[in-house]
Amino acid sequence: MDRFRMIFQYFQSNSESVMNGICGLLALASVKIYTCLDFSCPCLPHYNMAYGLGIMFVPPIALFLCGLILNRQSLVMLEEWRRPQGHRRKDLAVIRYMCCSIMQRAMVAPAVWIVVTLLDGKCLICAFSGSVDPKKFVGFANATLAQAQEMLSRVPCKEDELMRNSTSRRAVSRYLRCWSQALGWSILLILIIAVFLARWLAPCFNQAALLQTRHWSNYIDIEQKIFEETCCEHSRLFAHQCILHFFESMRKEIRQHSFDLPREKEGEEDLLQGITDRDQVNKLLKMWYYEKPPLDVSQVTHRHPLGQERSPPPCAGSCGARSKFTQHTHM
Amino acid sequence: MDKFRMVFQFLQSNQESFMSGICGIMALASAQLYSAFDFNCPCLPRYNLAYGLGVLLVPPLILFLLGFVLNNNVSMLAEEWRRPQGQRQKDAAVLRYMFCSMVQRAMIAPAVWVSVTLLDGKCITCAFCTSLPVEALGNASHRGLPQGEVKRVLARIPCKEIYDGQELIANEVAVRYLRCISQALGWCFVLLMTTLAFLVRSLRPCFTQAVFLKSRYWSHYIDIERKLFDETCAEHAKSFAKVCIQQFFQGMSKDLTATHCHPPRKAPTDAGEASDKLLGITDWDTMNIALKSWHRCKPPLHLHPDAPHSSNGWAGEWQPHTQPPAPRREAVAYYSGV
Repeated sequence: MDRFRMIFQYFQSNSESVMNGICGLLALASVKIYTCLDFSCPCLPHYNMAYGLGIMFVPPIALFLCGLILNRQSLVMLEEWRRPQGHRRKDLAVIRYMCCSIMQRAMVAPAVWIVVTLLDGKCLICAFSGSVDPKKFVGFANATLAQAQEMLSRVPCKEDELMRNSTSRRAVSRYLRCWSQALGWSILLILIIAVFLARWLAPCFNQAALLQTRHWSNYIDIEQKIFEETCCEHSRLFAHQCILHFFESMRKEIRQHSFDLPREKEGEEDLLQGITDRDQVNKLLKMWYYEKPPLDVSQVTHRHPLGQERSPPPCAGSCGARSKFTQHTHM
Repeated sequence: MDKFRMVFQFLQSNQESFMSGICGIMALASAQLYSAFDFNCPCLPRYNLAYGLGVLLVPPLILFLLGFVLNNNVSMLAEEWRRPQGQRQKDAAVLRYMFCSMVQRAMIAPAVWVSVTLLDGKCITCAFCTSLPVEALGNASHRGLPQGEVKRVLARIPCKEIYDGQELIANEVAVRYLRCISQALGWCFVLLMTTLAFLVRSLRPCFTQAVFLKSRYWSHYIDIERKLFDETCAEHAKSFAKVCIQQFFQGMSKDLTATHCHPPRKAPTDAGEASDKLLGITDWDTMNIALKSWHRCKPPLHLHPDAPHSSNGWAGEWQPHTQPPAPRREAVAYYSGV
């Protein structure tokens, strides 16, 4: 349990590690989906290629979009890109950095899918069995072109009655799987080398600028989170004040209209706020439904309707967030 | 249990991860439901289509409605929509935001069900096996069969044990073909859904960010206000009940001292706080009378500002309010215009 708690705390510690965690989960999910998927090649002349290449390329696109959707930083980047300039300049380098890091993380799951597909081999066998040269294989060399095409397209289906015990089928299958695995390992090697070079050579170019952009992209992310938390906290306090004012105003109105002034007693009666009767409670609840109090907890008696635009109360400590917010409310 | 609690704590740590957690759980539940479901194609000409399409489309509808039912915010939205305006204006943008976020969350489980169904292939195989292109896929023999007979034979494709049309069209060929079409449809559906989700999420910061921030704040506010109001009312009810019961016991104690021939045994003076809490009821008979009185004649929901001199009905008679009626009537008259 303690280990789980430490893992969770580690992942929550900063948003980068949260995103790495999500990226890892998505990669695992893509492997799991591939293993659960029941791959069944149609074994028909024109359908094979469409099916094979479809299974190889359509799920990676969906996984890529999922990676973008699940990544919170993509929203932050878009907001930063589209916001009006206001009092804060926009730094395109920061936006580019954020975009690159988002794309890199979103590309992991599709890459894992493609590599797993190629290493497994079924997709390529299905897609390209019809494109193999029949002359190279003993069983198909003597058939006419149309017949050879027909038989080759049935190669991926092991259980097919025509192909069940055919050695040529196994030969074609092995040939294609060999190509598929070679392609898979090559792609994996190229990707790993590319990542390795990117990591090693990055400090050689403009390390200072990189540090700055990384710092400011983290800052924007954290600022967004703190703004949301502050808004939550603020709305809680606002609601608390609003309800207390409501009970207070109810108490005042009850006092004005009843002749016996209840004596202020200590203890529980304070918490009752002067509402000590079934009818009073019913009236309070009815009033809450029929006439919610206006959204104005200042001490003045005049009330503003909700629709009037007004700037929010100053949020302590985050002036940058405040300036961005007032910019938005004036739109 | 501890593990679940920690998972929940992690998910609740911020709003975004909570929502993602809920979405993930609903998707998993929907996939699990499908795998637990025992699919049984009827293998009869007209029933196949109805059954297949029914399994494809009816559970998603149920899951969609269930998503609404299980969402606590539905009642909040309905309340905000139907409340009288009073002193607080209603903001249509907030209502729209709440409705959209509820619809988005409710759509996840149905979308996962439809995707998993299509990718698995059994539904489409069952529904469309009678519409197979026999000329293209079938064997050349047995062209002379009447249409009805062909359909009857084709309808049995999903049920391998009773399939008798191997000369017409091989079972594996037909199943492979239908499953390939089904998986293609499934992946297209998945791609469409993810593209839509991506567009909805990414176009928002480009166009309506200010309105979005406002709507999100006020919808969150309405939720918190409702919860805080419920908490405040619960606190009030607790205090009300405490004072009511305290006054009941005090009333009982006074009545008993007033009417008993012999005064109740006084508790020793050095017992302190404990004897205070006994409120003068210190023996079996007295307690029984108090309990009987509580059951037969509960005190009115009206807390007296000072200690009452009249009884609380320990003898079993019901006593009216002691507050002077005139001001109360006036209070009623004031509020009845609302």
